[in-house]
Amino acid sequence: MPIRCEIVSQDRVVFSGDVDMVILPGADGVMGILPNHSPVLTTLNYGIITVRKKSTDQVFTVAGGIAEVQPDQVTVLADAAENVLEIDVQRAEAARKRAEEALKAEVSLDSDRYLRLQAALKRSHLRLEAARKYRGGPKFGS
Amino acid sequence: MPSTREMRLRIRSVKNLAQVTRALETVSASKVRKAMNAYGATRPYAEKAWKVLVHLARQPGHQSLHPLLTERDSIERVLVVMISSDRGLAGAYNVNILRHTLDLEKQLGKPVDYIAVGRKGRDMLVRRRKHLIADFSDLPAAPSFMDVSAIGRLVVKEFLERRVDQVFLSYTEFFTMIKQVPTTHKILPLEVVYGGKGPNSTNHRTSSVFTYEPDQNQILDEIIPRFTALQVYKAILSSQASEHAARMVAMRNATDSANELVDVLQLDYNKVRQQSITNDLLDIAGGANALSSAS
Repeated sequence: MPIRCEIVSQDRVVFSGDVDMVILPGADGVMGILPNHSPVLTTLNYGIITVRKKSTDQVFTVAGGIAEVQPDQVTVLADAAENVLEIDVQRAEAARKRAEEALKAEVSLDSDRYLRLQAALKRSHLRLEAARKYRGGPKFGS
Repeated sequence: MPSTREMRLRIRSVKNLAQVTRALETVSASKVRKAMNAYGATRPYAEKAWKVLVHLARQPGHQSLHPLLTERDSIERVLVVMISSDRGLAGAYNVNILRHTLDLEKQLGKPVDYIAVGRKGRDMLVRRRKHLIADFSDLPAAPSFMDVSAIGRLVVKEFLERRVDQVFLSYTEFFTMIKQVPTTHKILPLEVVYGGKGPNSTNHRTSSVFTYEPDQNQILDEIIPRFTALQVYKAILSSQASEHAARMVAMRNATDSANELVDVLQLDYNKVRQQSITNDLLDIAGGANALSSAS
């Protein structure tokens, strides 16, 4: 029995399809979800979602969000999600540099802006990491 | 009567104007389509998020509702997010949304704080000495969710810190190219109505027993602010579609009037030209007569 998996972000559907297994970064650690999993509602950490179908993996980065797990269905409401293959490494690198410099340059940041920059930094780190790890040919296993 | 030369210049300049307005009309038409597509792309997330939200809000034994879902007993202050455009030349678009917003203020009869999205709206509010707490002008032409999520965050913060007790969204709902309606919509506290047909009503039921990680309230903490931001985002996209549609119609009207004006001017020009030829002929005829009678 396959699981129906949907990954949506606020402005698009990132992934939708039937799969055999979903691995996602839950609030209390990474969870692997197989068919007939008991219902869970969890918040997501920054991390990697792996969607496996017949030992072929598709890998997505996710920057927080919420996941709803039902026996035959996994729905991910992501804040920002991206297929690893879509990541623009140069842009991510540039974004990381910008965020780092801004954090360094401005000594007296108000907390809101500080948090936002930190989130941006975290996001670009995640992207670069994921691109490094998962790029280059289809992967088997993780 | 102006000279024929002046009139020719005038006609040419009006013709140029018509060309410019026609170009603007075409550009706006394509922008409407873009904004509508972006609006449609938010649907999957909005539907799913709403389902999860409703599911959480109606958990049995969930007595103490989340603060963002709880209606307050007394309403002291209200926050209104008014969405207008950065640019003019869109007919009555900005005036309509302002009038609608001021009506809302009158109806509420409470002190109102404003957040302005769009330069035109901000200027009009400032001119009326309204209490503006934030201004989000100069959004990109096709904003992404990240561009506007700050508005949602600010709204939730103001509400949670009890500076305001209700939050309204005032925007222009896009229906068709010729129909856009200024609309207000309460976004906080978030109302979940069971049964019925309103925008916030639902008949959704879930019976499965869920495990929550970390717990229900923390998940609500995550999802409601996101949902609020999403509503703001959708309102902005809808308003942008409306703005471009309004501009398109305004520009079409301008093109039509310019063409009409050209017709009128052309007629006047012909008359003046005819008159001057007649005068010349009369002069010549008069001169010839004078010569012949003299000889």
